[in-house]
Amino acid sequence: MLSTRVLGLAPSLRQAAFAPARNQVLKTVIRSSIARRSVQTQSLKPEDGTTILNNQRLLRPSSPHFTIYQPQLTWIGSIFNRATGVALGALLYGFSLSYLVAPGTFDSVHVIEFVSGLPDAVKYTGKFLLALPFSYHSFNGLRHLAWDAGKFLTVKGAYSTGYAVLGATALSSAYLAFM
Amino acid sequence: MSVLSLATRRLAKASITNTRLFSSSSIKLQAEPLQKPVLNKEFKIYRWNPDEPSKKPTLQSYTIDLNQTGPMILDALIKIKNEIDPTLTFRRSCREGICGSCAMNIDGQNTLACLCRIDRNASKDSKIYPLPHMYIVKDLVPDLTLFYKQYKSIQPYLQNDNPPEKGEFLQSQEDRRKLDGLYECILCACCSTSCPSYWWNQDEYLGPATLMQAYRWIADSRDSNAAKRKELLQNEMSMYRCHTIFNCSRTCPKGLNPAAAIAKIKLELSAD
Repeated sequence: MLSTRVLGLAPSLRQAAFAPARNQVLKTVIRSSIARRSVQTQSLKPEDGTTILNNQRLLRPSSPHFTIYQPQLTWIGSIFNRATGVALGALLYGFSLSYLVAPGTFDSVHVIEFVSGLPDAVKYTGKFLLALPFSYHSFNGLRHLAWDAGKFLTVKGAYSTGYAVLGATALSSAYLAFM
Repeated sequence: MSVLSLATRRLAKASITNTRLFSSSSIKLQAEPLQKPVLNKEFKIYRWNPDEPSKKPTLQSYTIDLNQTGPMILDALIKIKNEIDPTLTFRRSCREGICGSCAMNIDGQNTLACLCRIDRNASKDSKIYPLPHMYIVKDLVPDLTLFYKQYKSIQPYLQNDNPPEKGEFLQSQEDRRKLDGLYECILCACCSTSCPSYWWNQDEYLGPATLMQAYRWIADSRDSNAAKRKELLQNEMSMYRCHTIFNCSRTCPKGLNPAAAIAKIKLELSAD
């Protein structure tokens, strides 16, 4: 190294090493000695990429939701509010429509007669089952009115009013069932 | 090992003479540091691979030593990806709760993996799912295209036809305070994907994150397009699918309150 630098031969040596002809030979030698890649690539047009993506999109799953979400007073309470609303609505419409269809069997006299003939256990259970959704839906309705008026709009507010509604529902259902 | 400890001992002996040490005796200096006990915890992570679409999504179990892991769920995920399974896919970037990339459902709640501490109770496993009711790109990566489109649809930028003649828009301190608790949102989508209404109606309902940003622009005193912005929400689906469930505020990793913002839009719309 030192000698070449002293003699001033370095530039010519460098040129020789990178001469085009020799370079070409080197390349072919390297190429033939290395085995071909086992992965074959495929050339695609830009539009094909979109098609592949779209086909993948057709098969992709949707992540799980209410089955894995932690049960919380917030959304369980909301589902219960919806369910009790539907149940009360169905009862009201069902009873009204059946009265319309058969006024003879669904008037007050017959209903009172039917209920008075039932055993006490069934009476209290039935009353409790009617009182519970009615109480919960009514108290939760008041909670919703408070929210719509701009009150209790914090997580803490939502929880304290939620527990208050549960407490009031328990008291009022018990009272209505044993009335 | 023995050669190494011999070397360190020699080094220690040599340094006793030269430097001042914090150990009270040479025996204490030579004591090896206490190894923390192994605390293995199981993590069950949602896996789905788009290259094998016929395979149903599964929960894959990984067990790691918590004493060799950082404190957060994101540390555990990175450890698993580095040391056990490099195919595990999840988004992450800032690791300090400002980018919103690592939003996922951890033990049933949506939160940022980087802000969520690992429960040190090793007898209970930790379940990690992607954000709920979203299309999955791979493993813990949900497709947020629709979420971003919805954000774009509320025109989240200042609109004012009468800019000040000179300089910038000015705002009183009181008006500026109205934006506190709104502008901090990082759009991680934790709230929107925790909302049951958004699960069932995400094609039409905008969701809490987008609606809170809608209110952020309605509330801004520098914006003169509030009437138009409110009009865009004045229909059955865009906003009124909100039933004040409060899952959004409950889950927000930044402690913001989207439910209150939506309630305020409702109040303003009712006054129109």
